Amino acid sequence: MLEVLIFATLNGLVTGFLLFMLASGLTLIFSMMGVLNFAHASFYMLGAYFAYSLSLYFGFWTGLIFAPIVVGVLGAMVERYGLRRVHQSGHVAELVFTFGLAFLIEESIQFFWGRDTKNYQTPELLDFPLFTLLGQEFSAYRGFMMTISIGIFIGLYYVLTKSRVGIIIQAAITHPQTVSNLGHNVPLIFMGVFGMGTALAGLAGVIAGPVLTTFPGMATVLGSIVFVIVVIGGLGSLAGAFIASLLIGLLQSYAIASDVGMPDLLNLLGVSFERGHPLNDLWTMNLPQIAPVLPYLLLVLVLIFRPTGLMGKREE
Amino acid sequence: MALLKNSSIWIAFLVTLLGLPLVFDSILAISIMNQIAIAIVFALSYNMLLGQGGMLSFGHAVYFGLGGFLSVHALILIEFETMVFSILWIPLIGGVFGLLAGVFIGSFSTHKAGTVFAMISLGIGELIAASSLIFSSFFGGEAGISGDRTFGPTFFGFDFAQNIEIYYVAAVWAFIATVFMYLFTQTPAGRMANAVRDNPERAEFVGYSSRKVRFISFCASGLFAGIAGGLFALNYEFITEENLNAATSGRVLLMAYIGGLGYFIGPIIGAVVLTLMNSLLSNYSELWMLYLGIMFLLTVMFLPRGFAGFFMMHQLAWIRGNMKMLIKPYIITGIPAVLFAVCVIALIEMSHTEDEVFHYLALELNPASPITWIVLLGIAGGAFYAVKRSLLQLNDAWETANAIPKEEEA
Repeated sequence: MLEVLIFATLNGLVTGFLLFMLASGLTLIFSMMGVLNFAHASFYMLGAYFAYSLSLYFGFWTGLIFAPIVVGVLGAMVERYGLRRVHQSGHVAELVFTFGLAFLIEESIQFFWGRDTKNYQTPELLDFPLFTLLGQEFSAYRGFMMTISIGIFIGLYYVLTKSRVGIIIQAAITHPQTVSNLGHNVPLIFMGVFGMGTALAGLAGVIAGPVLTTFPGMATVLGSIVFVIVVIGGLGSLAGAFIASLLIGLLQSYAIASDVGMPDLLNLLGVSFERGHPLNDLWTMNLPQIAPVLPYLLLVLVLIFRPTGLMGKREE
Repeated sequence: MALLKNSSIWIAFLVTLLGLPLVFDSILAISIMNQIAIAIVFALSYNMLLGQGGMLSFGHAVYFGLGGFLSVHALILIEFETMVFSILWIPLIGGVFGLLAGVFIGSFSTHKAGTVFAMISLGIGELIAASSLIFSSFFGGEAGISGDRTFGPTFFGFDFAQNIEIYYVAAVWAFIATVFMYLFTQTPAGRMANAVRDNPERAEFVGYSSRKVRFISFCASGLFAGIAGGLFALNYEFITEENLNAATSGRVLLMAYIGGLGYFIGPIIGAVVLTLMNSLLSNYSELWMLYLGIMFLLTVMFLPRGFAGFFMMHQLAWIRGNMKMLIKPYIITGIPAVLFAVCVIALIEMSHTEDEVFHYLALELNPASPITWIVLLGIAGGAFYAVKRSLLQLNDAWETANAIPKEEEA
C-alpha cells in the first residue's frame, strides 16, 4: 500500500510539473492578450514531432535543444501574421482562430508524419532505473522530466519577478499603454511572450513524447486538461496555474492507482443491488474508471461556484 | 408578419427541399441530401447560441448526441412494441430531450457569456463524452447503439425502409425547424438575445435579466439540436459516442462560422458547403480535412463574417447599381487566385502521392521529375504576385463602387 502511495505521488508530481510547463505559457498568453490559445497543446505536439525527427538524425539531445526553438519561432509567426490580424474582429474571432489552428496543426502533422504512432525513444543515457523502492522501479527518465520541469519553473519565476525583462512583461500585461509610452515595443513583447509560451509547450512535448507516446491525438488528450488547469487556477494567475497543475496531476495519479469504487462505498453503507439493476453501471463504477472525468467535473464545479478560479482576480 | 412578407422565399425553400430528389436521384445524392438536412438544423441551432446570443459553445454536440441517443432508444422501444407510434415523431423526442438537457445545463451555465461560458461548455462536453463511455448500458460504449426504423405504424403505407422516404421526413422536419428558428429571431426573446449579445449591461438597464435571456436562447438551441439528433438517428439508425464528443462540436462551429454568423442564412450555407465538401472531396483526396482547416483559417482571417457576410458586403454597391464596376476587377484578381490555389493543391497532393503518374484535372504530372515541381512552384509564385498586384486595383474599384454619388452629397 505504501509503495503504491509513494509512486502515485511521484508520478502525479511528474505529470503535474509537465502540465505546468504548458499551463504557464497558456496563462501568460491569456493575461497578455485576453485570449485562450486553443492551439497551445498543438504546439506541444509539434515539439514532440520535431524532436522525434531531429532525434532520428542527430540524437535526442539535439532535439531537446532545437525543437523548442523551432516551435517558438513558429508560435511567434502565428502571433505576428495570424492573431494580430484577427484581433481586430474581436475575442470570439480570436478564440475561433486558435481553434481552427489546432485543427490545422493536427491535420498537417498527419500530412507530414502520417497517422501512426511514432517510435520516439527515451535516450539510452537515461535508460536505467533511478532507484528501486519496495520492489518498484522509478525510471531515470521520469526523474529527468521532473528536473527539467522544476528547473523551468524556477527559471520562469526568476525571469518574471527578478529580471528587467520580466518586470517589463508584467507591466505590459497590466498597463500596455504606459509601457508603450515609456518607449518599449509592446507588440514585440506580446510576440515574444507568445513565442516563449509556445516554446515552453514545445519543450514539454519534447520531454513528454517518449513517455506519453507521440501520435496525432496527443494534443487532444492533453489540450483540454491544460484548459481545465488554467481555468481552475484562475485565468491569468501563474501561482494558481501551478497549484492547479499539481492538483490535477496528483488527482489523476491517485485515482488511477486506487482500486476503490462504488461497490466499496455501498458495502460501507450496507446497501446492495442485484446485478440486473437498470443503473448497474452506476453501482459498479470505480475510481480508475472515472479518472479521466474527474478534471472536467472539477472544472464545471469550480466554474459554477467560484467562476474566478482558485487564485483568479475578481471580475470587473 | 415578417414571415408572410418573405413568404415567397419560404415557399422557394420548401420547393427546393422537396424538389431536389427529383433532380438528383442517385443513392449517393439522397444520402448527401439527408446529411445536409440534418446539418442545416444543427448549424442553425448553433447559430442561435453564437450568432444571436453571443455564447461561444464548445460542447454543442451534447444536445445533438443526447437527442440522438434517446431517439435510438425510442426506435428500440417501438421495435419491441413497448411504445406504439409512428417514427415520424422521433425527432420530436430527440428535441424534447435536447430541451431538457438544455434546461438543466443552462440553469447553471448561462450566468455569464464569454470565456466562462465557453469553458463550461467545453467542460460539460468533455464530461458527457467521457461518461458516455462509462455508462455503457445507455450509450452502448464504443460501439454505440443501433435501432431499426422500419417498425411501428406505417404512414400512408410508407414503412421508411428507403433512404428517399427518410429524406422527405428529414426535409419536412428541417423546414419546420427552420421556420420556427426564424420565427424565434422575431420574438422579443430573440430580439433581446441580440441586445444581450451586444451589450448585456444596457439590456439589464432596460429591465431584462441578461441571464434569463441567455437561458431562453440556450434552451431553444438545445431543443433544435435535439431535433437534429433525432433526424440523425432516423437516417443512420445508429449513434455512437463520436456524435456527442468534441469533434462533432467543432464541426458545427466550423459550419456556422464559415457560413457566416449573425446572418440567418449563414449556417445554412455553411452546412451545405461543408457537407458537400465532406462527401464529395473525401472521394478525391484523403487530405480534404487539411484543405478544410486551411479554408477555415483563411475565412476567419479574411472573411470574419463568413460566406454570407461576403455576399452581404455587396449590398451597398448593389443598391447603388455599381455592381458592374466590380465584375472586371473581380475577374482580374480571381483568375490568378484560382490558379494559385490549383497549383498549391497540386503541390500538396503530389508530395503525398506514391503513384508514378499523378492524375490531376485532366493533366498527367510526374512527381518524380523536378521540372514538374519547378514549373508548378513558378506558376504558383507568379499567380501569387499577380493577385497581390491586382488587389490594389480591386480595392480602388471597391471604394468607387461604394462611394456616395456626387448628387447625393450635395
